[in-house]
Amino acid sequence: MTPLQRYIGRRILQSIPLCFGIILVSFALLKLTPGDLVDVMAGESGGATAEYIEELRAAYGLDVPVHVQFARYVWGVLQFDLGYSFRQSMPVSDLILERLPATILLSVSALIIALAVGVTLGVFAARRRGTWIDEGISVLSTIGFAIPLFWVGLMFIVIFSINLRWLPSSGMASVGGPAGGWLVQAVDVLRHLVLPALTLSLFYLSIYVRLTRSAVLEVQELDFVRTARAKGLREWRIVVRHVLRNALLPIVTITGLQLGSVFSGTIVIETVFGWPGIGRLANDAVMSRDLQLLLGVFLFSTLMVVLINLLVDLVYVTLDPRVERA
Amino acid sequence: MTISLTNAPAATRSGLRLNDILRSRPLVVGLALLAAALFCALSADLLFPGDPRDMVGRANLWPGKDPALPLGTDMMGRDMLAALVHSSRSSLLVGFMATTLSILLGVVAGSLAGYFGGWTDDVLMRICELFQIMPSLLFAIILVVIIGPTVWSISFAIGITSWPQVARLVRAEAMRVSQLDFVHAAMTMGMGHGRIIVKHVLPNSLAPVMVTASILIAHAILSDASLSFLGLGDPGTMSWGTMVGTGRPLLRTAWYMTALPGGAIFLTVMAFMLIGNGLNDLFNPRLK
Repeated sequence: MTPLQRYIGRRILQSIPLCFGIILVSFALLKLTPGDLVDVMAGESGGATAEYIEELRAAYGLDVPVHVQFARYVWGVLQFDLGYSFRQSMPVSDLILERLPATILLSVSALIIALAVGVTLGVFAARRRGTWIDEGISVLSTIGFAIPLFWVGLMFIVIFSINLRWLPSSGMASVGGPAGGWLVQAVDVLRHLVLPALTLSLFYLSIYVRLTRSAVLEVQELDFVRTARAKGLREWRIVVRHVLRNALLPIVTITGLQLGSVFSGTIVIETVFGWPGIGRLANDAVMSRDLQLLLGVFLFSTLMVVLINLLVDLVYVTLDPRVERA
Repeated sequence: MTISLTNAPAATRSGLRLNDILRSRPLVVGLALLAAALFCALSADLLFPGDPRDMVGRANLWPGKDPALPLGTDMMGRDMLAALVHSSRSSLLVGFMATTLSILLGVVAGSLAGYFGGWTDDVLMRICELFQIMPSLLFAIILVVIIGPTVWSISFAIGITSWPQVARLVRAEAMRVSQLDFVHAAMTMGMGHGRIIVKHVLPNSLAPVMVTASILIAHAILSDASLSFLGLGDPGTMSWGTMVGTGRPLLRTAWYMTALPGGAIFLTVMAFMLIGNGLNDLFNPRLK
């Protein structure tokens, strides 16, 4: 086995206790809820006799000791069974899979916007260091950190949907769908995507601006850049091919590290814009106090973050030969 | 006050001079905003006595229409300005309490992990990783749903998701200090671990922890606002996030009901971010 393969194997093995910990936390939270599933059901149907409650408990496997319940829970998770949501009358995993594509579309778009705009602004700021453009961009990036995303979303709706009527204010597609082929429908979805993706991108954008700016500042003065200039290469080519490459690695790392925050952001933004993704599913679960669903979403998203971080790590290792693989 | 002829960072000169603080623009602006917020919180009862939830006028009155109600009224006829000023309390309270919890947990975990190393370090860092990988807002939501929404449960939920940052910071410092010669000397002399940690590890971590604390308070206020917006605020107290949430159905006709409290959140969070940035520049001046 090559060192790379050994490293990959090791990283995967290291993730396993973390995943186990996450499943444990989920289970503990489920158990901590005052009143269990059966109490909820009995309450909703207006009361039940003690014998009926016992039967229900047995049927849902709640009468066995806690560690047996936990073992069954783990086994279920491994088979991608995250429980059943009574309010929505569907298995949790089906609900999640149904909404997943919408969230992926939203977060990937937001990421792309944040990358494109953030890196550009960061380079701008670095190359004009000390000028008011630099100061202005720094101020904007601080504002981007401090601003409540739900507020920005609502203000965008006020400006762009209500007053200017340029863009729709909620949902993923017009009700009933526009008549026309897939292109018309795609454009419709895109029109709905603009505001939420723009709002979600603000947080990442601020991070990328700062990161790119300091990475570019750091690398600009180094010898190999001076050599490139002496060789007569054009400035923009130097910036893109040499300087930005160095910014790439911290950008990749930070993207992975901030994934949890991105997911938290999607909860709020999907709620504000009525975007039918996992975030809004979580909000529905909160509204209806549906803890099975809520914890299913929690477990799923956390495991996703672990998985994506693992992938980011592996990409990192293949990109940067300096990383220790032994 | 001595005149400093060198450009050494503030932390290497003894103490922080007023001059340094006044020279840093972010710090000045941040502290000014914070003073405004604290003023609101502390004098809320004096300026606007009575319950801010009392109905005082006709509903949906726009700001500027009635000089007695400069910021208008909400959908129930409550005074917006009184509500805004009173809400500053819960946001600031949650911000401070959550951050205090984070710092306490983080300092204890970090100093134990960094100082003792070995499997203490391994176990604590694993737990740290676990808390860092969970999406913090979602975890906080779950905790608040389980415990029930009160100012205390919200502070607890937010505080318990942000301690890893502090822990890592303090751990790094503890690891550095535990290698130093005078620590070995102290141990040979019989000085207990506890005293060494308190006398040497903690003071050195103070500066980075202070910077982190401001950012943590900013994050805590944002998280609290998000939780309240999603309907998980303490039903007994007014808060800016809840105001944005309740004003949302009237977005078309009365968007000031969401704009004003949201703006208040923004300014308060901005205050703490600026203070954090200013402190950071003071303690670690980079090539600007």
